[in-house]
Amino acid sequence: MHELVAAYHAHSALLNEIGINALLALSVWVTLACGQLSLGNMGFMAIAAYASVLLVTRGHWPFFGAALTGAAMAAAAGLLLGWPVLRLRGVFLAIATIGFGEIVRIFAINLPFTGGAEGIAGIPQLVTTAIIYSSLALIAFLLWRLTRSRAGRAFAAIAQDEVAASGLGINPAAYKLAAFAIGAFIAGYAGALAAFSSFFISPSDYSFGRAVDVLAFAVAGGIGSVAGPIAGAALLTLLPEWLRFLQNYRDVVNGAILLLVIIFLPQGVWSIVRRRSAR
Amino acid sequence: MLIQQLVNGLFIGSVYALFALGYTLIFGVLDILNLAHASIFMLGAFTALVLVLKGVPLLVAIAGGALAGGLLGVLLDRVAFWPLRRRQAGPLAPLISSIAVGMIYVGAANGIFGPDVRHFPFDVVRTPTITLGQATFTLAQLAIFLGSLALMVALQALLRYTRFGAAVRAVAENPRAAQLVGIDLEAVYAQTFFIASALGAVAGILFALNFNAVSSVMGSSVELKGLAVIILGGMGSIPGSLLGGLLIGLSEDLSVAYLSSNFRDAIVFAILFLVLIIRPTGLLGQRGFRSA
Repeated sequence: MHELVAAYHAHSALLNEIGINALLALSVWVTLACGQLSLGNMGFMAIAAYASVLLVTRGHWPFFGAALTGAAMAAAAGLLLGWPVLRLRGVFLAIATIGFGEIVRIFAINLPFTGGAEGIAGIPQLVTTAIIYSSLALIAFLLWRLTRSRAGRAFAAIAQDEVAASGLGINPAAYKLAAFAIGAFIAGYAGALAAFSSFFISPSDYSFGRAVDVLAFAVAGGIGSVAGPIAGAALLTLLPEWLRFLQNYRDVVNGAILLLVIIFLPQGVWSIVRRRSAR
Repeated sequence: MLIQQLVNGLFIGSVYALFALGYTLIFGVLDILNLAHASIFMLGAFTALVLVLKGVPLLVAIAGGALAGGLLGVLLDRVAFWPLRRRQAGPLAPLISSIAVGMIYVGAANGIFGPDVRHFPFDVVRTPTITLGQATFTLAQLAIFLGSLALMVALQALLRYTRFGAAVRAVAENPRAAQLVGIDLEAVYAQTFFIASALGAVAGILFALNFNAVSSVMGSSVELKGLAVIILGGMGSIPGSLLGGLLIGLSEDLSVAYLSSNFRDAIVFAILFLVLIIRPTGLLGQRGFRSA
């Protein structure tokens, strides 16, 4: 038992990171489930992280109130962004959302109340591993319910063929906007969790590189189910830790494994587990 | 002051344009956003640096870097895109596999050269200064500008007037129809990757010479600007890349001069965003090289 407690303390930071990355992977998965590729989730994450930190440290709000308000602000930003950009398709939508993410990051560096490039330090540690994982469980469950609902089937229909879906009486614009806002809310909530489980936040936490990593979590895990992005986040967060001994060459192996997954496991790593259990 | 800013903007803009050509060429022919392009930009610069340090003349080193970049591009296509083409995967998989190869390339550079910034020997980059009216620039900057322009004109001529160019345009228009008239699709893809990546590598070398700095992360400074260039100019258009590159370069230098350097990159992305909303085809998007 003592070993377990010691192991937990040694790895709790990593455990927290996996949980938060899983939430981020789910946030990009929601939009993918509706056939839209968004790489702006770091922008939503940043909006909610800064908002919740400022509400708690300056406004003395309780954590959950601040986190949910931050996430709601991210969702509102998602609606504002989604309304003009959702008529763009494929990579054009992806590029527009990249632009949004970068603009948010540059504002985070330059606004008077965000602490500039150094960010904000001394954030109280209000988030525990239990909070992260119960949030993950709740959100994953709600998303799983969503996939089985009328809205979830509409998402899948739009992802398959938008024109055919609108022929069936589905309003693609409304569902796409909803998926966008849900994704922004989850990314924002994950941003608040991340901010209050680490000691400080800075604009470099919300870079394009991180957005790309999160997309890789979702796709490598498999976008066919809710479990896929969670599995992908766990694998690709642990992998660099296991490969630490490679030092500067670490990314070579990291990239090679991602490449192998994409090429040989089209449905993601979660498909192996699924196949096993189906047998 | 204004003239000097305009000149600086044109120099750096021509390098952005050359870099963005690689994106636009691969997107035009294969409909793929190749996120490994920035890593080839960086490896081209490292190759030229290594050659220069071995005593190779600069022009030969640039050619060597271009060749290495081209071959890395062909390798990229074989390992990241060809297997996915074969099984007709959706648009998402190639995006991720190009990210994976980009990680491998950047990781390799990190492993071989370490994370520090390297420099060209001083006597290689030191060139006479030219003063023209109110503007001052170096001979090297002028060579970078004219060299980038020449490469873009050469590419446009290649696509417009040669048999190879006709094949590329046919494949860009309709791969199946191109195959039916006897065009070897895989050969065209490989050649496209070679040319796009060689140009990206040259852009990296010129960028490195301009700032006299080479590092494994140098690709990230142009990766997203290149996207802004092709969106502004029009995806798939070579004159569009040139126009977009020069405009982005100019807007950067002018915003530093007249607004604030803090928001320099925000202006680039604001332009990108507005163009996508107002005119997603870009300034010259309709006249892409499919109809060059």
